[in-house]
Amino acid sequence: MAKYIIKRLLMIIPILAGVVVVVFTINYFSSGSPAFVYLGASATTESIAELEHEWGLDRPYIIQLLDYFRQIIFEQSLGTSYVYKVPVTELIMEKLGPTLVIGLSGSLISVVIGLILGVVAATHQYSGFDYGATFFAVLLNALPNFWVAMMLMYLFGLKLNLLPISGLGSPSHYIMPVIAVSLSPVAVITRMTRSSMLEVIRQDYIRTARGKGISERDVIFKHALKNALIPVVTVIGLIMGVSVTGTIIIETVFNIPGLGLLIKNSIASNDYSTIQGCILVCALIISLLTLLTDIIYAVIDPRIKAQYEGQSRKKRPQLQKGGAK
Amino acid sequence: MIHLRKTKTITTPIHRGQWYEIWHQLCKNKVAMVCLCYICLMVLVAIFADVITPYSYSEQDLSSAFQGPSLAHLMGTDNYGRDTFTRIIYGARTSLVVSAIACAFSVVIALILGSLVGFYGGRFDNIVMRILDVFNAIPGLLLAISISTAFGSGIFNTAIAISIGGIPALTRQLRASVLLAKDQEYIDAAKAFGASDAQIIWKHIIPNTLAPLIVQITMRLGDSILVISSLSFIGLGVQPPTPEWGNMLATAREYIRQSWSMLFFPGLAIGLSMLSFNLLGDGLRDAMDPRLRDR
Repeated sequence: MAKYIIKRLLMIIPILAGVVVVVFTINYFSSGSPAFVYLGASATTESIAELEHEWGLDRPYIIQLLDYFRQIIFEQSLGTSYVYKVPVTELIMEKLGPTLVIGLSGSLISVVIGLILGVVAATHQYSGFDYGATFFAVLLNALPNFWVAMMLMYLFGLKLNLLPISGLGSPSHYIMPVIAVSLSPVAVITRMTRSSMLEVIRQDYIRTARGKGISERDVIFKHALKNALIPVVTVIGLIMGVSVTGTIIIETVFNIPGLGLLIKNSIASNDYSTIQGCILVCALIISLLTLLTDIIYAVIDPRIKAQYEGQSRKKRPQLQKGGAK
Repeated sequence: MIHLRKTKTITTPIHRGQWYEIWHQLCKNKVAMVCLCYICLMVLVAIFADVITPYSYSEQDLSSAFQGPSLAHLMGTDNYGRDTFTRIIYGARTSLVVSAIACAFSVVIALILGSLVGFYGGRFDNIVMRILDVFNAIPGLLLAISISTAFGSGIFNTAIAISIGGIPALTRQLRASVLLAKDQEYIDAAKAFGASDAQIIWKHIIPNTLAPLIVQITMRLGDSILVISSLSFIGLGVQPPTPEWGNMLATAREYIRQSWSMLFFPGLAIGLSMLSFNLLGDGLRDAMDPRLRDR
């Protein structure tokens, strides 16, 4: 097991390095000048050129890229914000909390609700509940989450005056953002669990379990759900990513001082280094969450565990996507 | 070559071709047909926006700002007194054009990459797929945000920003279908006839990857509409005064206390178009699945 985890950990290093290259390259070829943003309206051509030279922005692409890597690895620094004039890492650490809280609680809630809805829908196939759950799953998946967030805000915040509509102060501030973030993940997990359960329920070993006289509850939870979970877990990794990016948009709706609002404000002020840093941090979080789900996947799926436990056993190609090294 | 085509049709029991069969299956699916009609309607409305709409999308009339829905203004008016219905129709034009350009671009790149990678395999395959893994690690919306900030907003730049996020998934899918098609006997036959690699890829492999590709394209079109509006909502993407559903929602957020109709209808437009592209995609996938035929 440890071997598998180490292998997976090592695999995210090249991916993250690639992400750094991609994001850096996109910014390198961008049309705006950071020195202009830093100096503001008082900038002259000479002062811009001087500052660009001071920051080393006039060096060749490859040198700048290597320097950026050196900065990240040895100084744990993502550069300085051109607008706030403080280190980007400091800005991000300050704003990361709310984004993580909302994104992670959103995914957690959606996993729980999605699993329950999916299992009930599958065990009561063609019932009213099944049709209702499927209908809502399709609907929730199609509605833009920031729009639903604003409709919630209008209804519960402004018309009914039940919940606060902006900022973060009390736990009640989190209710609407978390609901808005979890809507489309709930839809995906419900559909996935339902189809996966339906497939498992038709298997012979479920009939055998029933034939042995095991109670229906044990058949569903101990035999069927355990097997049905395997494909669902792979989606959960994706869902976490969706939740984190969803949070970024939702934060701008509710004016929550998190990563999303930071990105939005940086876009408005052309603060490239901050945007670059935020995107790298998001990619890092998402890679770590994917890693976590891959490990959970390995724990649940005995086929993967088996590959790494018997040393003498011949290795089979890995099952998850992009697994082959 | 002609001889080969004939042997292929003989293997299917009905002599009407694959596409006729798929269309026939799709016609049986009422939900998918309703969605297809909605999409066609949306396209027509977007093309003839100038004829249909009674108002101009940019002309301001501050005396009639923040009106609710009425007979004169079916969906009310916005903060400048512009007709929301008119702006939604022009918004459909923006959304459809941007997502069509985005899809076309990613499909072309994916077709080239996917067929070359799948056909030749080896080290080239490995390198391309690892690069795509990197792009896959950045969620589509984040990638689009970073590209849009670098290259600026506007219809074309937004389309490119969105299309890059779609390339990895499409290439992966195409590569898989190319790998399946590559080992078929008719490819060996074509080789034996002396066809070049380019001919084999273009005439024999790509046509056989189109069916699953169309499902993917339909889904991508819907997703792109959502990404465009998300981008415009946070101030990238398509900028006002060009009407776009996302930037209309961004304005509506500022005036949420004054008007509900400004908020309600653009979101509904996004939701309905997403829904119809998604459901049509589902319908097409079912129609193309031979296991579900003749039910």
